[in-house]
Amino acid sequence: MAKTSASRFLIVPAVALQFLAIFVLSVGLLSQAQAQAVDAQKSKVTLALATEPPTLNSAVATDTIASFVLSHLMEGLLVYGSDGELAAGVAERWQLDADGATFWLRDSARWSDGKPVTAHDFVFAWRHALKPSTASQYAFIFYPIKNAEAVNGGQLAATELGVSAVSDHELRVEFAKPCPYFLSLAAFMTFLPLREDVVAHWGGRYAADSDKLVVNGAYVLDKWVHGAHLRLRKNGHYWQKDGVKIHEIDMPYITADPSAQFNLFRDQQIAIAPLDTGLLDEAVERGFNIEYFHTGSLYFLEFNFREGRISSNRAFRKAVQRLIDPDLLVNKIIGLPGVKPAYSLFPVTVKGSEKPFREEYPVMRVDADIAEARKYLKRAKAELGLESWPPLVMLAGDSPRALQEAEYYQYLFKKGLGLELRIDQQVFKQRLEKMRRGDFDIVVAAWGPDYDDIMTFADLFTSWNDNNRGRYDNPLYDRWIRLAQSSNDAKTRFNAMAQIQRIVVEDVPILPTYENGALYVQNPRLKGVRRSIFGGDPNFRYAWIEQ
Amino acid sequence: MLSFIARRLLSGVITIWFIATATFFAMHAVPGDPLTQEKAMSPAVRAQLEARYGLDKPLFEQYRLFMSNMLHGDFGISFTQENRRVNDIISKHFPISATLGIAAVLIALVGGVAAGSVAAYCRNRWPDRLVMVAVIAAISVPGFVIAGLAQLVIVAMNNAAGKTLLPVAGWGSVSQIWVPALVLGLGTMAYLSRIMRASMLEVLSADYNIAAKAKGVHGWRLFWHHQLRNAVLPVVTELGPTIAAITTGGFVVELIFAIPGLGRYFVQAVQQLDYTVIMGTTVFYGAFLVLVVVLVDISYGLIDPRIRLHRGRA
Repeated sequence: MAKTSASRFLIVPAVALQFLAIFVLSVGLLSQAQAQAVDAQKSKVTLALATEPPTLNSAVATDTIASFVLSHLMEGLLVYGSDGELAAGVAERWQLDADGATFWLRDSARWSDGKPVTAHDFVFAWRHALKPSTASQYAFIFYPIKNAEAVNGGQLAATELGVSAVSDHELRVEFAKPCPYFLSLAAFMTFLPLREDVVAHWGGRYAADSDKLVVNGAYVLDKWVHGAHLRLRKNGHYWQKDGVKIHEIDMPYITADPSAQFNLFRDQQIAIAPLDTGLLDEAVERGFNIEYFHTGSLYFLEFNFREGRISSNRAFRKAVQRLIDPDLLVNKIIGLPGVKPAYSLFPVTVKGSEKPFREEYPVMRVDADIAEARKYLKRAKAELGLESWPPLVMLAGDSPRALQEAEYYQYLFKKGLGLELRIDQQVFKQRLEKMRRGDFDIVVAAWGPDYDDIMTFADLFTSWNDNNRGRYDNPLYDRWIRLAQSSNDAKTRFNAMAQIQRIVVEDVPILPTYENGALYVQNPRLKGVRRSIFGGDPNFRYAWIEQ
Repeated sequence: MLSFIARRLLSGVITIWFIATATFFAMHAVPGDPLTQEKAMSPAVRAQLEARYGLDKPLFEQYRLFMSNMLHGDFGISFTQENRRVNDIISKHFPISATLGIAAVLIALVGGVAAGSVAAYCRNRWPDRLVMVAVIAAISVPGFVIAGLAQLVIVAMNNAAGKTLLPVAGWGSVSQIWVPALVLGLGTMAYLSRIMRASMLEVLSADYNIAAKAKGVHGWRLFWHHQLRNAVLPVVTELGPTIAAITTGGFVVELIFAIPGLGRYFVQAVQQLDYTVIMGTTVFYGAFLVLVVVLVDISYGLIDPRIRLHRGRA
């Protein structure tokens, strides 16, 4: 029995062995010369994308991936240069005044099919983005232009928009109100030109595939396999093509998993990979080239000011302000280098008239103080006429960090103030919907700047802003914003902003917690890649590969 | 047999209708809608979008329209990828999930049957124990951990070899299939080997097995004709739901190995409340599941004629 069973026993591994042989054979046959993270000969960089761009139509694109890809495919009137400052793009010169702006376009700017880029392409693109039927989410960014809001609301025809082509190479813009930051808008994604004939030809399918769009930037879209692969190749028609050192940007991987991206980086398949807390130690251990940049976004706790909410009581909000120490949160809970504690509505990256705003107008810091917090809480209880504190609802996102953060607040509220905080963790859309409905007492929220001006943060908590989810309504706040919006004078504007900064600290419509930073590893042979808050990130337009 | 298949197909159609209806109303009951975005939208823009997607109509009217379009095989346009049709998304990305799934099922089937048979033949000796420990590990360790570990092993291997023996991730060549397929099929392989072991043990002590041996049958013939064919039946029963589960449940593996399968679109659609894609993928997966179960029932009959006869009489 023992002998026969042993011989039968061999049969099974034999089958398995055959299988293994097929496997090894197929591996051996197919492992050809590997794709490399950076290839100096071909001047090629390989990257992974977190997600596929949902669309490459600049009129309706909203996400960071589309912004990254579009910033390489397209060029606006202005661009962000190698130093990260605004530089000439399609426009070779411009003039900005109180009631409008004029841009003179260069003759040498070409579309990828060889046709010249003209002022008409901009006029068409902006009108197109503002048409209600286009339903562009970024339509509001055109509102400083005359009649833009009415066109977007359908009250006026698109031809009434305050933008016109004086000639093929001269574009005139009229403002509805002073807009000293219009040049940075002119570098924004939604302000990119569009070719009327190409958009009309493809209709709703415009920019759905690599052969359904025409571009005017440093690269052309050479390949787009949905969900799997994008490849950019240097554009031979680009007016500044000699300055483009990277000839090919290949993105054959699409995965949102940081570990997967990190493993690809370790295997030298991709040139850049993001780091999270879990991967940081390993990256340090292996001596990788770790880099950091400030994403420019602010994280904060937003209070609900709707009728009957405890959070509409100022003393209560002051108690929360005195309870939470952003420094402790950043260092003990988040623990990721690059993330900075926040004390102001305006992150340190926001520009002032000459220096960063926060250097020109330092924020008055209110430090955590548990005795003060309890004093405020007692006052709040008296003012609200409460017998005892009901549990409060904190709405939070579903990321591990959001949960960790919310649990930390829960612990602080209980230990410091004896308050019960219920965490309502929701996936993205449901959280947004609950924010819109006002279904929370406090929400863990964030804001990333849209354009390079302090107003992108400042007008967030005006009574008329739809993104003011807590419905904070302070006439004084509104008045300072209106004053700043009606002025072209830097001093007037920034003085008003200093008042806004003060109101946020004193009245606590929100409690800033941290400014976000991003850590990543980068192949040491890849140089000159710009990480930037505005204009598409990362930027390979000025990058090169070291031999 | 024919009436059996017809009955199964009919109940399948009812199942799919039920899935579609339940999903439709559950999805609309969730707070928010596909148009909910980070940036607040102006009422005019929102109205335009609602009209474009028919969200301005009463819910039952939307349901009626959806059902009518579905019967014409049209699931509409994705909300998040505005210029892609749901039918396109399914037809482009399901074959990828299916390829991965079939490779995974093959690995699981061959591996599971082999490991289970080895364990049964060597009952209570070290190969048995080894297999059973591996089984417990493969069942209890979650897929994303195994996927991550597999990548680490590949990275270490490639680094040691100084060239790419196996790709870490990506899709497009045959060599990119095996590792994710193995990871995806591992849990199933473990499960199948347990079933196979139990079933094979029963066969080994069955009268017909002893009779066959007494007749002088041995080696391959004994294993193939008398033991495997009988012992493999419970495994085949499991195969239907397994194929469906593996082909539709590869989300994590697809994410980690950067594979553009349908699983990713399905999960993203749910997170993004992309109504049209949710409905398209759910109905498609439902139909696929029903089809696989019917096919397995038929193949069951082919392997064991007794079942066909029995069902035929019933």
